[in-house]
Amino acid sequence: MGTLILGIETSCDETAAAVVEGGTRVRSNVVSSQVDLHAKYGGVVPEIASRRHLELILPIIKEAIDGAGIGLDDLDAVAVTQGPGLVGALLVGVATGKALAYARGIPLIGVNHLEGHIYANFLSGEPPEFPLVCLVVSGGHTDLLYIEDHGRVEVLGRTRDDAAGEAFDKVARTLGLGYPGGPQVDALAQKGDPAALAFPRAYLEEGSLDFSFSGLKTAVLVYLEKEKEADHPVNRADVAASFQNAVVDVLVDKTLAAAQRKAAKRIILAGGVAANTRLRSELALRARNLGLQVSFPPPALCTDNAAMIASAGYFTWLRRGASPLNLNAVPNLELGGEGN
Amino acid sequence: MLLVRTESPQQTFELGRRLGQILLPGDLVCLEGDLGTGKTCLAGGIARGLGVTGYVSSPSFNIVNEYEGRFPVYHIDVYRLEDPAELEEIGYRDYFFGTGVTVVEWADKIKELVPDECLWIRLVRPPGGEVDHREITIHAVGDRYRCRIERMKTDVGAGP
Repeated sequence: MGTLILGIETSCDETAAAVVEGGTRVRSNVVSSQVDLHAKYGGVVPEIASRRHLELILPIIKEAIDGAGIGLDDLDAVAVTQGPGLVGALLVGVATGKALAYARGIPLIGVNHLEGHIYANFLSGEPPEFPLVCLVVSGGHTDLLYIEDHGRVEVLGRTRDDAAGEAFDKVARTLGLGYPGGPQVDALAQKGDPAALAFPRAYLEEGSLDFSFSGLKTAVLVYLEKEKEADHPVNRADVAASFQNAVVDVLVDKTLAAAQRKAAKRIILAGGVAANTRLRSELALRARNLGLQVSFPPPALCTDNAAMIASAGYFTWLRRGASPLNLNAVPNLELGGEGN
Repeated sequence: MLLVRTESPQQTFELGRRLGQILLPGDLVCLEGDLGTGKTCLAGGIARGLGVTGYVSSPSFNIVNEYEGRFPVYHIDVYRLEDPAELEEIGYRDYFFGTGVTVVEWADKIKELVPDECLWIRLVRPPGGEVDHREITIHAVGDRYRCRIERMKTDVGAGP
């Protein structure tokens, strides 16, 4: 049996735990929103709260250990998200990870959440080869990263205002679609014409790999407002398709530009928006034309989970050993900044 | 009260930057305005005025983003909260009553938790106006902020 690492993730809304073997084989992967812990353990569960993490963390870890068919004694190390995130939420995971590591006498490994997302791509099929460009695109992040090797990550660009997933959610809300907005807009867009409406694409200064989606969001809102004032009927599918097209165009253009600038032959996607069908198909198509390889994690590993943290933890451990037991939660942790 | 009309996101950012320059540790700035009225843009300007380098992105998903300027800057967004009580869970007192400057987006959703004194800023896209035009009203709630507004008035006298 390979090295068994327990991953713990509590940086934002999800309470998650997972067991990963040898850095690449998922033995169990438990995410709070995907299991009915309510029925199993009862209790009132507020939507966003450190207390919720506190209530869920032990049952979720137990579920992950049981699901892997192992016992606590079988664990070789504990990897935990150290940041970035909400401090109260992070602290629950960090304190639990420290307690477990200390009690079992096993190493503790602090992991950067953003770096964790990259490793979702190491958990199915052949691990991607370095160097590579990774687009992390979710409700909270839109980051373009160059990864030369394990632990050698350079931020090429990131959003200056709204994350792409956030724009999806806010536009979805205005269109009267449910939450989360990403999948809803994606589904509606398939019935619409992506060229129906000319929404703005923000490319920023020449050569910039940063993103900006705030202006696009506002343009869609103002369009809907004006049509309403004028009493015009709105084709919501066209709005969804045209908006999605504007987001995807910029994401794909900048990701390809990043790969070319860095002469990287491989592109990987990560984060919740990596499940978007148009982003996947456009990126795959246009990358192929340039002779670049693209890989996506399975949808369940795109959104926040602890398997990616366990995998990142494994490779971090190989590279620089364990973290000290006085590891701290760092809400604004930068990539390459290893806290403490 | 101070009313400023801006005609572009850059002007809104610039207004924020000027405001940020006169804020002090412990100050609380509450922002109210619909989606796409420029709250994050104004907050970004405030952070820049407080000496934060780099970009200030939307905290809608993270709820709180922390920055280091001349003092700590806490950028909070309660957009996703369903109930003000959830803010308790996040430990909002550490931010509101701490030694940094706190900027809260969608503050109207947590009115009952806002202290007696704060700067309350309302952003509106005037109906029928240009896409980028905004009316921004700054209210000083309590003595602590009245002098800040007076300073802003002399600063903004020359226009945004």
